[in-house]
Amino acid sequence: MKVKKVKVDSEKCQGHNRCYALAPGMFKVDDYGYAQPQGDGVLADEDDIELAQRAVDNCPERAIYIVEEEE
Amino acid sequence: MAEPVKDWTADYDIFAPEYIKNPFPIWDEIREKCPVAHTDRWGGSFMPTRYEDLFNIARDIEHFSSRDVLVASVMPAPEDEERMRAEWDEDENEVMVQQYNVGAPPITSDPPVHTWARKLLLPPFSANAVAKYEDETRELCRELIDGFIDKGTADGAGDYAQQIPPRVIASMLGIPKDMAGTFTEWVRGFLELGLTNPELREQSARSIFEFMNAQIQERKEKPGDDLVSYLLQAKVDGEPVPEPHILGTCFLLMVAGIDTTWSSIGSALWHLAQHPDDRRKIIEQPEIIGNAVEELLRAYSPVTMARYVAADTEYAGCPIPEGSKVLMNFPAANRDPRVFEDPDKVILDREKNPHIAFGVGIHRCAGSNLARMEMKVAIEEWLKRIPDFRLADPASVTWAGGQVRGPRKMMVVWPA
Repeated sequence: MKVKKVKVDSEKCQGHNRCYALAPGMFKVDDYGYAQPQGDGVLADEDDIELAQRAVDNCPERAIYIVEEEE
Repeated sequence: MAEPVKDWTADYDIFAPEYIKNPFPIWDEIREKCPVAHTDRWGGSFMPTRYEDLFNIARDIEHFSSRDVLVASVMPAPEDEERMRAEWDEDENEVMVQQYNVGAPPITSDPPVHTWARKLLLPPFSANAVAKYEDETRELCRELIDGFIDKGTADGAGDYAQQIPPRVIASMLGIPKDMAGTFTEWVRGFLELGLTNPELREQSARSIFEFMNAQIQERKEKPGDDLVSYLLQAKVDGEPVPEPHILGTCFLLMVAGIDTTWSSIGSALWHLAQHPDDRRKIIEQPEIIGNAVEELLRAYSPVTMARYVAADTEYAGCPIPEGSKVLMNFPAANRDPRVFEDPDKVILDREKNPHIAFGVGIHRCAGSNLARMEMKVAIEEWLKRIPDFRLADPASVTWAGGQVRGPRKMMVVWPA
């Protein structure tokens, strides 16, 4: 089955912390501010997808994206 | 007096009074007519104004070096900086520190120095690390407000905004807070008044270097729980950080964190003084404060950095020769209608706001979390005590501009 996932391109992330501020349950940041999705990044429902889209829309580095993958 | 500007696309002047007071229509004109403007004034520079152009240039570190981030400046060449790291020894240390030829790493560094220098600086400025200073910042804001609330009037810039960042950075550096006024004077002398007055800039820089150097020597004897001691104890590849580098970084911490954040807090109050709906919105929906801060940062971005063109290049068909300066007009990018809907309108809960007030790419402002915390706390505490206020006289507000923009005198009044 296909699921939607949120991902962070760690080559592009510069630690602005915008995604973490908008969706602390969905992202985590390390001591340098670099972000990664919490857990496997699976977006469980429409609310999750909407929140992930907000993170995409607000990331100044264009480092966040949503993919559709096999579970 | 400089000649008045007739053509903003080919002869702009970032220190012209009309640019300082109200740059927004000027940016709109440049953005649509000639998005990368040029001037011969102040040593000459290019100035991109569209979001996409700022985004691309900031990330092209190969052509657009950070060795020089001011319109005219006193920073060491990158080869000096690399040599400093490679050849550093105690004997040379004394000479470099005394000459203050140390730059302000990592803001003035390119890779490879930038890479380790930034890594050193980011942890003490992470969101979690700066949260430790939130309570004392709140207490500071309350004390400042206590000082003038009964009068029904205050200078929102001088009596409030200006007072906050120097005390917070003093606390982080382990320096007495009564130095705050002096810090502010030095930083303005270097970054604001000094931009067009090389003598004052040099003198102010020297004051900061001398003061910070004395602090470093003191911490070597008596380490404490502060940033200076942290830098002295840090190891890079198992080696201590060269002392000239530490001095440069301390210089940066003072210069970068005072004028900028003060300007942002002042601009936020300037906006809120004139927009009762936005005040009410923050008071009634306190949870939007995070987004409100981002939106105020977007609309009133204080900082225009510069880059030094390290090799002949071409951008969007425009040849840019080696040695040119490029003014990184992040504030203009943040009002580009190609990216932001209704860009001149402040929409506190704007959904799509990838602003680049803190820059973009490897030089993203290392103090961004600290600045956000200070803005949030300053706005919250002000509105708690003074929910209803306005500008005493909008025409009498004075602004600083050029590379850091914000109100410098801004009388506000409220029902006492």
